[in-house]
Amino acid sequence: MTAPATGPEPADPQPADPRRVYRDALLDLAAVDERVICLDSDTGGLESTFGARFPDRYVNVGIAEANMFGIAAGLASRGYRPYAHTMAAFATLRAAEQLKADIVGHRLPVRIVATHGGLSAAHFGSSHYALEDLAVTRALMDLAVVVPADAAEIEPAVRALHAVDGPAYLRLGRSATPSVHGGRPPFHLGRAGRLRPGTDVTVIAMGPQPVLMALEAADALADDGVSCQVIQIHTLSPLDSRAVLAAARTTGALVTVEEHRPRGGLGDAVAEAVGAHCPVPHRRVAVNGPVGTVVRGHREALEESGVSAAAIRAAATQVIEIGKR
Amino acid sequence: MGEDLRAVAHGLRREVVRMAGGPHGAHVGGSLSCVDILTSLYFDVMTERDAFVLSKGHAAPALYAALAAAGRIDAEELAGYTRPGSRLFGHPPQGLPGVEFATGSLGHGLSLGIGLALAERLGGGTGHVYVLLGDGELQEGSVWEAAMYAGHRALDNLVAVVDRNELQITGPTEGCVSLEPLADKFTAFGWLTRTVDGHDLGSLGKALGEPAGRPVAVVAGTVKGRGVPFLEGKASSHYATLRPALVRRALAALDAKAPA
Repeated sequence: MTAPATGPEPADPQPADPRRVYRDALLDLAAVDERVICLDSDTGGLESTFGARFPDRYVNVGIAEANMFGIAAGLASRGYRPYAHTMAAFATLRAAEQLKADIVGHRLPVRIVATHGGLSAAHFGSSHYALEDLAVTRALMDLAVVVPADAAEIEPAVRALHAVDGPAYLRLGRSATPSVHGGRPPFHLGRAGRLRPGTDVTVIAMGPQPVLMALEAADALADDGVSCQVIQIHTLSPLDSRAVLAAARTTGALVTVEEHRPRGGLGDAVAEAVGAHCPVPHRRVAVNGPVGTVVRGHREALEESGVSAAAIRAAATQVIEIGKR
Repeated sequence: MGEDLRAVAHGLRREVVRMAGGPHGAHVGGSLSCVDILTSLYFDVMTERDAFVLSKGHAAPALYAALAAAGRIDAEELAGYTRPGSRLFGHPPQGLPGVEFATGSLGHGLSLGIGLALAERLGGGTGHVYVLLGDGELQEGSVWEAAMYAGHRALDNLVAVVDRNELQITGPTEGCVSLEPLADKFTAFGWLTRTVDGHDLGSLGKALGEPAGRPVAVVAGTVKGRGVPFLEGKASSHYATLRPALVRRALAALDAKAPA
């Protein structure tokens, strides 16, 4: 587990657009590594950036995700480093078999860059929600899965994943969210980070809104006299099970928070990590409720479907109580 | 040359029949139908610069026989087909010499082939990529995503071969979900289409080998179970386990028509 971020507060804490930050990071990589190929499924924004600067290495396959993944596998088998771009919902279910068989099955160094993670495309409606993508990707052995918590983590995440030999899945949101980290955070692939120390309960959060909510909940719990540790997971696979287990041992109560259905994602990963060694009371704050019924903003949609600072606070109180019995 | 190729094809068919006599049988009909296509590719058309993807992965017996004849795997290994301890599964596994991608789920190979063709183009290479598809496989929508893209990009180093044996598991392709006019479909997608007798090694060599300035689709008319009378043209030959007596009968029928 890495130490709390201690960098200076940013001069301008304006939220940054995750897709723009990502594109800049990819351009920087492509400038120094000729193996980088940008595969696009006509997502919009890459043609005028990557396509304009590196036209020979920009491949827009059209609205055809399955074909894109097969092409990516073919290119990767010849030594290229394809970055394949689509939305999280389509990457992991529509083209799931190509992901499984062609890319992960051959352990090829394709990076799946999936935007519109979770409910971040809130006003688009349920077709564009990705609430099962982490269950799918976590089930695929040898696939690295990373969910940055804010824009500042995207560039270091991209650089870290670029060095991985096998396939990787990077889940991004659709629009800007407030910064979690002051300044530029340290980023260690596969390592959890402690955002707040605490002794009574640990909240383990992943993704932009869940991490922000976890910090808010920790503040509220402090007002209640509860010492709440907050751990951020950006690398879901491989999970930093040592850090998770240490949190279970030292605080004896866990809450996981994720922008995903409660099955198959962070909550299950944490339960797997601690269950065999140090089972402790554990509540999952996840998207439980119905989604896509009334238009809401991103955060409001999450709150209404079960993911909120209040839900985290309540869950933390519950697990502490259970632990006292 | 022609006689030599026919002798190779004959040898491949013998091996396919033997594999169908193994403990689990084999996709024998669709393996025998594409033997001449594989013979043409491996022993006439392809050079070491070229790549091959067996999109109809269930024709693995024919591929294994070709790889053994080409010296890529040991011919003695064929006897182990689908037996415990062998690496010769019913569908090609990754890691077998000559097999770049584990296939078997239909509709993947053409996209993989496009990736290889793009890589070849990016690297300034002159090799061609050959992808062998089944005709029933063309009912998979992903094939047409790939076909549309290859045509659009005018990938002139990509050749798709359709083993057009006109049969799938339940019967004729045209009775299941019709494919015709098949050549017109590829043409409409921007490919140069060649329709040939998929058992005429001379025609195959020409159709597969001549450049066209855009992707080439070779619709190779074939007979399922080709070479073994009791399997020919029958949907039931899609998958069969041949008892020893039938293996002998099949081999005798093949030998009777073998090149002198």
